Amino acid sequence: MKPIAKTGRWIVTLAAIAALALGSTAARAEDKTLTLCWAAWDPANALVELSKDFTAQSGVKMKFEFVPWTSYADRFLNELNSHSKLCDLIIGDSQWVGGSAENGHYVKLNDFFDKNGIKMSDFVPATVVGYSEWPKNTPNYWALPAMADAVGWTYRKDWFAKPEVRQEFKAKYGRELAPPKDWDQFLQVAKFFQGRNIDGKKVYGAYIFTERGSEGITMGVTNVMYDYGFEYDNPKKPYDMNGWVNSPGAVKGLEIYKQIFDCCTAPGMTNAYMSEGLDAFKSGQVAMQMNWFAFFPGLYKAMGPDKIGFFVNPAGPKGHFSQLGGQGISVVSYSDHKDDALKYIKWFAQPAVQQKWWQIGGYSALRAVVEDPGFPKSAPFAPDFLVTMGIVKDFWAEPNYASLLLDMQKRTHNYVVAGQGTAQQALDGLVKDWAKDFKDAGK
Amino acid sequence: MSATIDIEHPAAASATPGPLLKRRRHGMSDRAIAWLFITPTIALLLAINVFPLIWTIQASFTNYRANMGWLKVRNVGTGNYSDILSDPDLWAGMQTTAHFVFWSILFEVVLGFGLALLVNRKFRGHSLWTTIILLPMMLSPAVVGNFWTFLFQPQVGLFNYVVSFFTGIPPSSFQMIGDVGLAPWTIVLVDTWMWTPYVMLICLAGLRSIPDSIYEAAEVDRASTWRTFWSVTLPMVVPFLMLAILFRAIENFKMFDMVNLLTNGGPGSLTETVSITLKRAAFEKWQTGWSSALAIILFVAVFGAANIYVKVLNQVKRR
Repeated sequence: MKPIAKTGRWIVTLAAIAALALGSTAARAEDKTLTLCWAAWDPANALVELSKDFTAQSGVKMKFEFVPWTSYADRFLNELNSHSKLCDLIIGDSQWVGGSAENGHYVKLNDFFDKNGIKMSDFVPATVVGYSEWPKNTPNYWALPAMADAVGWTYRKDWFAKPEVRQEFKAKYGRELAPPKDWDQFLQVAKFFQGRNIDGKKVYGAYIFTERGSEGITMGVTNVMYDYGFEYDNPKKPYDMNGWVNSPGAVKGLEIYKQIFDCCTAPGMTNAYMSEGLDAFKSGQVAMQMNWFAFFPGLYKAMGPDKIGFFVNPAGPKGHFSQLGGQGISVVSYSDHKDDALKYIKWFAQPAVQQKWWQIGGYSALRAVVEDPGFPKSAPFAPDFLVTMGIVKDFWAEPNYASLLLDMQKRTHNYVVAGQGTAQQALDGLVKDWAKDFKDAGK
Repeated sequence: MSATIDIEHPAAASATPGPLLKRRRHGMSDRAIAWLFITPTIALLLAINVFPLIWTIQASFTNYRANMGWLKVRNVGTGNYSDILSDPDLWAGMQTTAHFVFWSILFEVVLGFGLALLVNRKFRGHSLWTTIILLPMMLSPAVVGNFWTFLFQPQVGLFNYVVSFFTGIPPSSFQMIGDVGLAPWTIVLVDTWMWTPYVMLICLAGLRSIPDSIYEAAEVDRASTWRTFWSVTLPMVVPFLMLAILFRAIENFKMFDMVNLLTNGGPGSLTETVSITLKRAAFEKWQTGWSSALAIILFVAVFGAANIYVKVLNQVKRR
């Protein structure tokens, strides 16, 4: 054999040995690292800080995979459906629990909870049903409630406090200007501020969700529709939707949402969700802003106690509800580090950790935290959060929830933003869409 | 008397082959080497293009959903195809796509050709202006969609202020992206801004390929500028124009990223092109069988149209 070829063989062999050695070292290092997947937002940053305590106690390092909300569902549902090993732990949206349970993406946690004394009765009931259970209202748990969240409202406290503004409002409506308690009051306040000049700048009444692509407008309209009697199906006959989804009350609720959009929002808010709302409110464009409670700690810090106030979603004639948000933390069944992942869950469920989670910007769902006498005073939005978690309602969590969500996105955006057809036509169409989706899913 | 000529057969000539022949027997033949080089490409083509196509055709006849592994996959025959072809929402999407393709190409061709005629002349700062004109097409469609969203913002966006400056209309009194009438034109406008330079380049190549002798001959015949343009320039550039139209039509038919970032298919579904519908059905609703059927329909439509167009183009070139 020629000398060059012989040398080449040795080089290749040595390189292969080196690669194997590095690979096995990397594998050994990765045994003690967990990857947690979530959306990229402030609470995620808080969780990174909190998780340092877990690493200090257990020696298991944490890596994080955060994705912007606009791609969150796309990205992680793809990971789960392709049985990827990227995520050991995932903080998945509440609507994913059905599909993830039935597809085997999540590890069932009942045995683990029993062995480690973690009781679901220790958590806020709405969060257990919303984030952990599948089928709903059965003791089958696929996640630990991690981030309790719901839709709430902020308002410009300083504008509401201006004497001339208050005087004018009282003269016009015969009552004091205050955060609205129902949708009639909401419309009055929104119309009052629409186009008004405050501090030399034209302002607008309200910011509401209108995002088309993922879930935005649906998460917005339901806050009004629930209050007017919208139901997903007949409570006595599952998946019987006609007359419930498109009831006269549901139609009225949708019409009110459109009325708010037409009369009282800033120009250009035709495809707006969380970040646009924060920008609109922080920049002084709107008097009232719809958004998730998760953002309120950051908003309060940015704007200060004099400028920002909070209120619960207004009530309607058929009830008082708010759209549930929030997520549970689950162990991904394709993970090679399930034992360590379960250690994390056990650590995260501890009352002291949950207390710290609340303090640094997360939203604990542990009753010991939220029912503590000191909780309402712990943050200015805490009382409203507590009330809201008692009145939440969630979207479908069926395995085919994405189809159901996209149908509602299309129908509501077509009506509310594009002004096509009537509310009745929109909801009649939605009933047909959902009936087809459930038929395709074998229900 | 016969002369015998011994002709040695090369193979029989030597009992022991020479050194050269020895090397050829141990090495690879030319054919084998050729196969060695093209095999990776063929394998990649089969894996990335051919196999997915066959799989997609197969899936299009089923009710398969990639996110519901437990659901029994059954053959639905042409059910998906008839569903798609009778879906009014999908035809609305096709109409949106056709509107987008037609108008964007029309504007790009007119403007691109006009720019090419200008740039074809020599003037001061010619290179600089050519580079500036080419800048938009160097950006990524996702970036373009994103920053035009800000430009179209009615309260703070530059676009509304420029329109207000020239027309006197208050800037926040209209919104390009959110208005039902204006949104479809928004995507046409942005695509035209981005891809006119591309058409310009192709037309410029056509203009520069026209021999000067033809212009000289036209000058000798005392042809007017308009006559020269109509009888010489335009006919010779038409094949290039048609090529530009073909490329842009194929691209715009499958346009996704720019439109998705600019309008998300809204307001409502007014700018929801077929590619956005396909993406939503395939990767959000996970209607894998249905979306496979839609993909095949689109593929056949584009392939068929492109084939007919290329035949016409070849005829024009022959003329």
